[in-house]
Amino acid sequence: MEKKEHIISILVYNKPDVLARIAGTLGGKGYNIESLSVNTTTQYEISKIVMTSIGNQATISRIENQLQRLVDVISVDDLTNVESVHREMALVRLNLTDDKKEQIKKAIDDNQWKVIKSAENYLILEITGDKTQIDLAMARLEPLGIADITRTGLVALELKN
Amino acid sequence: MNLKGSQILLKMLEEEKVDLIFGYPGGAVLDIYDQLYKSKIKHILVRHEQGAVHAADGYARATGRVGVCLVTSGPGATNTVTGIATANMDSIPLVVFTGQVPTTLIGNDAFQESDITGITRPCSKHNFLVRSVEELAATIKEAFNIARSGRPGPVLVDLPKNVMAAETEFDPANIKIRNYDIAHKPVPKKLSQVFELLSRAKKPLLMTGGGVILGRAASELTELARKYQIPVTGTLMGLGSFPGTDPLWLGMLGMHGTYHANMAVSHCDLLIAVGVRFDDRVTGTIETFAPNAHIVQIDIDPSSINRNVVVELPIIGETKATLNDLLHFLAEHKYAPDKSAREEWLAAIEGWKEKVPLAYCQNGEIIKPQYVIETLHKVTNGDVIVTTEVGQNQMWTAQFFKFDKPNSFITSGGLGTMGYGLPAAIGVKCAFPDKNVVDIAGDGSIQMNIQELATAAQYNIAVKVVLLNNGFLGMVRQWQELFYEKRYSHTDMTYAPDFVKLAEAFGIVGMRITKPADVEKALRDAFAVEKPVLMDFRVSREECVYPMVRPGESLSEMDLGTREMIN
Repeated sequence: MEKKEHIISILVYNKPDVLARIAGTLGGKGYNIESLSVNTTTQYEISKIVMTSIGNQATISRIENQLQRLVDVISVDDLTNVESVHREMALVRLNLTDDKKEQIKKAIDDNQWKVIKSAENYLILEITGDKTQIDLAMARLEPLGIADITRTGLVALELKN
Repeated sequence: MNLKGSQILLKMLEEEKVDLIFGYPGGAVLDIYDQLYKSKIKHILVRHEQGAVHAADGYARATGRVGVCLVTSGPGATNTVTGIATANMDSIPLVVFTGQVPTTLIGNDAFQESDITGITRPCSKHNFLVRSVEELAATIKEAFNIARSGRPGPVLVDLPKNVMAAETEFDPANIKIRNYDIAHKPVPKKLSQVFELLSRAKKPLLMTGGGVILGRAASELTELARKYQIPVTGTLMGLGSFPGTDPLWLGMLGMHGTYHANMAVSHCDLLIAVGVRFDDRVTGTIETFAPNAHIVQIDIDPSSINRNVVVELPIIGETKATLNDLLHFLAEHKYAPDKSAREEWLAAIEGWKEKVPLAYCQNGEIIKPQYVIETLHKVTNGDVIVTTEVGQNQMWTAQFFKFDKPNSFITSGGLGTMGYGLPAAIGVKCAFPDKNVVDIAGDGSIQMNIQELATAAQYNIAVKVVLLNNGFLGMVRQWQELFYEKRYSHTDMTYAPDFVKLAEAFGIVGMRITKPADVEKALRDAFAVEKPVLMDFRVSREECVYPMVRPGESLSEMDLGTREMIN
């Protein structure tokens, strides 16, 4: 069976150790988490976890079943096979060195990147998009000299319930 | 009404109709033990916390109710881990209360602090750290509900000392928790598929597992098998879910299953597996497991489906309700087995059984362990609850003792915990004081929790220990004989205490039996006294458990151990 990235959306009760339970369950059974994001929902007591994991359909089904066994897990959905939108975010700090300053400004204009902090010798960009868009932005930023970077896990939402 | 945490705990235990707990006091649970001093709830003081959990586990397996234990923080809590993991692997409902240092000290490496919820997270069904007295009552109620609902399992509740001392308003009528029960959903389409498969099948086979016992579905399974003449095999955990003396019973399948059960699995064209998870000890090589069969699997837990064996027709539901639905469906649609095909199939199985019966040879002056087990059945007419330790003693019991009733065979199947049998037997005997309760033990396992003889002696819990003493860690020795050219690396246990004197030192009856002719009388004498008894049967040292599927082989390729049979 074909291995690919699956996006799994998990609704959980917002308990202090729920993330440890999920990570422990998957790690203990030998499944790898590629990316993870945890968010609140409109209900205070419920959180949504979006994670991605690489595997074939059988492996992913086992992951879903293992998670479903956890007492604090409400539902588990594989968003890979339903219509959904995906976003990630990266924050990037660039040093404004004399030799790169002009190139950086041009790149920001060309790509319409959002500058969220600007100072004399550095600036911080906010880049959102799906995984491909972020990877592409990174490739463009690389030659400009990235001083530091932080990336979120993926978040995803189904088009319909 | 304002109550202290420790008082609320006992009130909630009463609400849950707990009449017995197994435990061991300590600094962090002093407040609770002070309340117990005045309580009607009976407490059995064990000699090691692992023993408390196994005893509660034995109680749970024999009664079908939630077993309860109470221990202190730190080492008291960590000593419960093997017991919790044992119960978790076999889906046994337990609530384990552990003391904890005050919330203000948690994370400080305080005296006798351990992160027991962190430690038991992967080996319990669920656990709780109670952070305030306000959430105590609801948490206890949730713990019991989680332990017994769905696929059961052990739940740990960690109780910080200051939470036990704090006070809050307590109103048992007003405790709200989530609903953990899974509503039964009938699946008529799947039942009609089972009907189709059964109608086409010439060689159907039922496979019963622990889920049938836990789901109280033994009578439904028995009805299905008897009404439609479907032969039945079972896993270790399934023993007793179908009468072991019924002609349709083939015995256990798997590594030390009977030859005819394994041949039936290998040749059947329809396998209906109920409450099993296809453990590796059961399947042999996965690729050649039931190679000719359509497989139907009925289980309450979706994670048990397609985990090892890929099944054609999974049905997720309670075993009892689902089998009931199936019985109705088959009756309504007038299912009738093809008579001549069925006779042919049963005759084929009978042929395998005659070709390779379960056998051993009791001759000479040395006691064979299998003979002790068969004689135990004879002496008790099978009316006994049997626990075992782990290893050869466990496999011979599974092979040679015919269990007719559910909840009468109590063994650590999944985790294979040596030292389980004695404390489990104590738990069983506490639940059923009028029943004969026997721990079939080996000389290795019995030494792992032998301190519990003191518990049995203190309360005169009249369990009978049948010690099959071969002076070896027998099962490991067997593998060394078969796969390591008899290099018996650290399995010789000839150096052992004098078990008779040891029993007497604990204040119970000790007996030594060295001749086959004395076996029956010894057992009768042991059951005649209303005291715990340890019978030290000196048995054949290098007896092997046969037949056997060697690791990595198929169920159809059994090592029959002909040498042993002929001897």
